[in-house]
Amino acid sequence: MIYLWAFLVGGGICVLGQLMFDVAKLTPAHTMATLVVAGAVVDGLGFYDPLINFAGAGATVPISNFGNALVQGAITELQNDGPVGIITGIFSITSAGISAAIIFSFLAALVVRPKG
Amino acid sequence: MLGQAISEVFVYGFHMTRKEAGNPTVAVLIMLSIILTCLGVYDKIAQWAGAGTAVPVTGFANSMCSAALEHRSEGLVLGVGANMFKLAGSVIVFGVVAAFFVGIVYWIFGIGLEAHH
Amino acid sequence: MLHGKQTWWFDKRPVIIGAATVVGPDEGEGPLAADFDLVHPELDMQQKSWEKAERLLLEQASEMALKYAKVNKQQLQFYIGGDLMNQIISNSFAARTIGSPYLGVFGACSTSMESLAIASLIVNSGSGEYVMAGTCSHNCTAEKQFRYPTEYGSQKPPTAQYTVTGAGAAVVAKAGKGPIVECATIGKIMDLGITDPFNMGAAMAPAAVDTLQAHFNDTGRQPKDYDLIVTGDLAGVGHPIAKDLLKRDGVPIDDTVFGDCGLMIYDVEKQKVQAGGSGCGCSAVVTYGHLLKRLQQGELKRILVCATGALLSPLSYQQGETIPCIAHAVAIESPMHN
Repeated sequence: MIYLWAFLVGGGICVLGQLMFDVAKLTPAHTMATLVVAGAVVDGLGFYDPLINFAGAGATVPISNFGNALVQGAITELQNDGPVGIITGIFSITSAGISAAIIFSFLAALVVRPKG
Repeated sequence: MLGQAISEVFVYGFHMTRKEAGNPTVAVLIMLSIILTCLGVYDKIAQWAGAGTAVPVTGFANSMCSAALEHRSEGLVLGVGANMFKLAGSVIVFGVVAAFFVGIVYWIFGIGLEAHH
Repeated sequence: MLHGKQTWWFDKRPVIIGAATVVGPDEGEGPLAADFDLVHPELDMQQKSWEKAERLLLEQASEMALKYAKVNKQQLQFYIGGDLMNQIISNSFAARTIGSPYLGVFGACSTSMESLAIASLIVNSGSGEYVMAGTCSHNCTAEKQFRYPTEYGSQKPPTAQYTVTGAGAAVVAKAGKGPIVECATIGKIMDLGITDPFNMGAAMAPAAVDTLQAHFNDTGRQPKDYDLIVTGDLAGVGHPIAKDLLKRDGVPIDDTVFGDCGLMIYDVEKQKVQAGGSGCGCSAVVTYGHLLKRLQQGELKRILVCATGALLSPLSYQQGETIPCIAHAVAIESPMHN
């Protein structure tokens, strides 16, 4: 069952992205930035966690989860360290994703050439 | 759906909660998209899939990897290093700024400072 | 000689005594493959960067053009060329190899006819005996500079065009055997407010129409005076728009065959090129490779090639500017009917 919801929710967010490309004529950069901010706001309102429990990877895989993770990191540190925590905590959860992307992209650039 | 399958592996295999499995799942997808980018296949899939490959975090990794590969000809520091975030930069900047404001709002309104979970 | 407002009439009848074209794999799979002098099977041509590959295309094309023209490097007086790269580096570096005095021009995809017009003017005015015009473009260098890294998964809309990987060069002389350059109409900038760089055909169509009308007014000719009129790279979206605009203004364009190089160079149905070809190399390789051969054989008596260019930069687009466009038209006659 969770596969179905993962498919529908994840797919739904992608469809939203596709509409932004085709109808609103936004560039990929604009669309991604918007979805990230949306994810952050939805989490701020407290709705993203329930969405994850319900849809699993359908909510964690799209880029909106990036916004969710940034907010979660900020909030957790806010609770632990007070207001400074907002800034120190932002990347705490997303560190894995960003670091992986940087490290592997760099390694890839050492050995692979673009194929056009 | 692929993400869900990978996620299930982490949940059952490593006994993590659903939330904790989120990160490693994302890491695997990132690696997968980087491999596909290196093989020169990601952009062909994307022409057909559109937002289906751009919106998931795979799109994020593809944007960084493709920029890194492309600018290798300008050297590692000025080429790869400086250009890697050409496309992903907006996502990170706006995400961080948004999270910052949400954090401020939480702090001002004292939301969840007693018991978030 | 100036005819009308913006047309140069070449009364001394300069001749294209040699021309050559070098293309990449996608063009080698298209319908005109047999007309190109050299087809590279790989996009990188074993070079270390896309930019070096583009340079190689132009160096090879210019070398072969000189060979066919039976002119050696010392005899070549001037080289006129341009391309899409920032600071037209492909041409600067190729010109270094060619070695003759060099005039760099930027007309985006209209460079082929812009350079041919200037080369013909130099020869016609007696300011040079052998002058070469050349241009090139490469799919990957254009993507990297104007759009996204080549491996990036962004989905191209059906109005987008596919930059041709190819170089074309032609040697113009005051006498000899070959197609004759009759006249050239230099275009003005036209900007109708289009901002979408993925729909350049629509942006460039008005420029082509404006130049064609100026040409007909200046020369007193009609479309039926030409066996074939081609635009450079309006392709699937821009070409029908241009046709409609011409008809709306009462130009009897149906009296002749009205084609487009961007639609001729690829099989738009089979190859994944969205709306069709574009790039400086598009009009250059189709004209110097395919059309000149048809003129040589006498199949075509007189043609008009109207190359179109979109003069935007990645920065101008980011700053929200519109796309100014230009078109230059050159009339070429067959040697068989003189």
